[in-house]
Amino acid sequence: MVAPEFDTQNPAIEVNELVKTYTGSITAVKGVSFSIPRGSIYGLLGPNGAGKTTTFGMITTRVIPTSGTVTINGIDVVARPAAAKSFLGVVPQSNTLDRSLSVRENLTFHGRYFGMTTKVARTKADQLLEQFRLRERAAAPVGSLSGGMAQRLMVARAVMHSPTILVLDEPTTGLDPQSRLALWQILRDLNAAGQTILLSTHYMDEADELCEAIAIMDHGQILALDTPEALKRSYAKQAQISLDLQGADQGLAEVLSKSLPDTTIGFVGSQLTISTADPTDLLPMLVKELVAMEISYRNLSVKQGSLESVFLALTGRDLRE
Amino acid sequence: MSLTASKPIIVRSHYAQTIWSLVMRDLRVLISRWVMFLVRVISQPILIVFVLAYVFPKIGQGVGGNAAAEAKFSTLLVAGVVGISIITQGIQAVALPLVQEFSFTREIEDRVLAPIPIWGVATAKIISGALQALLAALVVFAVSIFIPATSIHLSVNWPLVLTIIPIAAVLSGALGLAIGTIVPPTQVAFIFAIILLPMTFLGAVYYPWTSLGAIPWLKWAVLINPLIYINEGLRAGLTTGIEHMNLFGVYAGLLGFFLFLLLIGIRGFKRRVIS
Ligand SMILES: Nc1ncnc2c1ncn2[C@@H]1O[C@H](COP(=O)(O)OP(=O)(O)OP(=O)(O)O)[C@@H](O)[C@H]1O
Ligand SMILES: [Mg+2]
Repeated sequence: MVAPEFDTQNPAIEVNELVKTYTGSITAVKGVSFSIPRGSIYGLLGPNGAGKTTTFGMITTRVIPTSGTVTINGIDVVARPAAAKSFLGVVPQSNTLDRSLSVRENLTFHGRYFGMTTKVARTKADQLLEQFRLRERAAAPVGSLSGGMAQRLMVARAVMHSPTILVLDEPTTGLDPQSRLALWQILRDLNAAGQTILLSTHYMDEADELCEAIAIMDHGQILALDTPEALKRSYAKQAQISLDLQGADQGLAEVLSKSLPDTTIGFVGSQLTISTADPTDLLPMLVKELVAMEISYRNLSVKQGSLESVFLALTGRDLRE
Repeated sequence: MSLTASKPIIVRSHYAQTIWSLVMRDLRVLISRWVMFLVRVISQPILIVFVLAYVFPKIGQGVGGNAAAEAKFSTLLVAGVVGISIITQGIQAVALPLVQEFSFTREIEDRVLAPIPIWGVATAKIISGALQALLAALVVFAVSIFIPATSIHLSVNWPLVLTIIPIAAVLSGALGLAIGTIVPPTQVAFIFAIILLPMTFLGAVYYPWTSLGAIPWLKWAVLINPLIYINEGLRAGLTTGIEHMNLFGVYAGLLGFFLFLLLIGIRGFKRRVIS
């Protein structure tokens, strides 16, 4: 198979006014648009039924949009699905490993479907089995794998043919914390090597930790799309600055609240907490005040509003509900 | 336009390569279960031939009454059991696995994501079904000429056999594809009761189709059974002196059913994997 070539001008994925109404008249996706530059790692964050899998289905050619377009490296997925598929590596939400084949054969046959020779596919498969810590299970039937191992094998399978774009639908659901962290690291490494990644999740911390940009999705619509920091700045209004002031007293809190506008200040024990909409401007002022008053401080930290509060602000409900 | 800027990623010849890899996958599975393959291929024909062409003549219940008629019956049975084994493979090698791969495991999905059009993935299924049908035909042919108690008089018409068996094999693969995409996983038993049993019992296995002249309505009704054309064609290709459907009817029936089932199968496959 020829190496995938494409116009570097095009975004890796471009989704335009995408709508999907299933037969039975459920509109799962209602006018979604976004564009993912090559080499970036994007997250689609949303609760059950938000339309994440449906959106991924349209991107990966398995669901035909009711209206709107998707292009992969500039190629329309409806007009040229075979060409679009050659760029994609896909980890579906459920385990779709080939149960009639061994662990290793799941990789080698996948490679061959994408035009690798048997020899090249075997070499690459062994390399991936090593990297994904599955070497001991190479000859085992896939039915004997644990959920975490199966998930790792699905990711290995998706990257087997060196896709330019990797799409993962809730890759860490059902994994224990350790496997989750391991998978995060794998995704980070892939991304560092230039892999474009789009993943969906309903874990806030995962989106926050991993993604350059997050699209928050609910009821088939994207409510906001930005970097995690920008989302928190715009939607989670308050950031918390906290610092340890040994030997200061309540009087200090009053003094500070006069000199620092638009803040709420609390003082518990020796811990001073300042809530503010804009810590970037406030921090230098605070430090200047403290230095002027010759008060020493320790453990200064700034915590931006969490994605939880972003989600709450956007949808009016908690993602965990 | 961006399309001109991006070079074609996959040219036609790569479709063939990917389809072949998909076929190899099915053959790999077949090889790892070759004992099961052999058992499922020969059990039914062996039983049919053993009971009808060995036990019956030995216990004096031979079909036909005299030795010559018994030999004629054993001879015509050869074509019938080879035909059965071909058509059964379509169901066993294509329909039953597909029903499972479409079901909750969605195992088919990785193959659907292979960089070829969906019809290519469906075609690979037909090809692997056809190859297994050919293999089954060979095995059963060998078995069915050794078991009978009476002598068998085959006279092979190679041009006929070498065209009819391959067409029958792809027809069987297409039948398997069509059935596999229509039947939901909870209704597998239905395949045997409503499709396989009537098809084999009314498929001109034990008698030439022409002999149904005695029951005219049945003679015409069974023409919706593709196995009729396979068996009549095989009978024409393997025997002399036994009546068979005229060859134009045989080829028209085989090709017509193949194209019809191909269309139904590929459309059904698309419907099952694309929403
Ligand atoms: N094949 C289908 N036919 C009909 N309706 C569907 C189909 N697939 C999904 N839906 C509906 O579309 C809506 C969105 O489903 P989707 O699977 O895209 O959500 P999701 O965000 O992936 O959810 P989850 O987090 O549970 O995986 C749901 O209401 C679902 O019932
Ligand atoms: Mg989903």
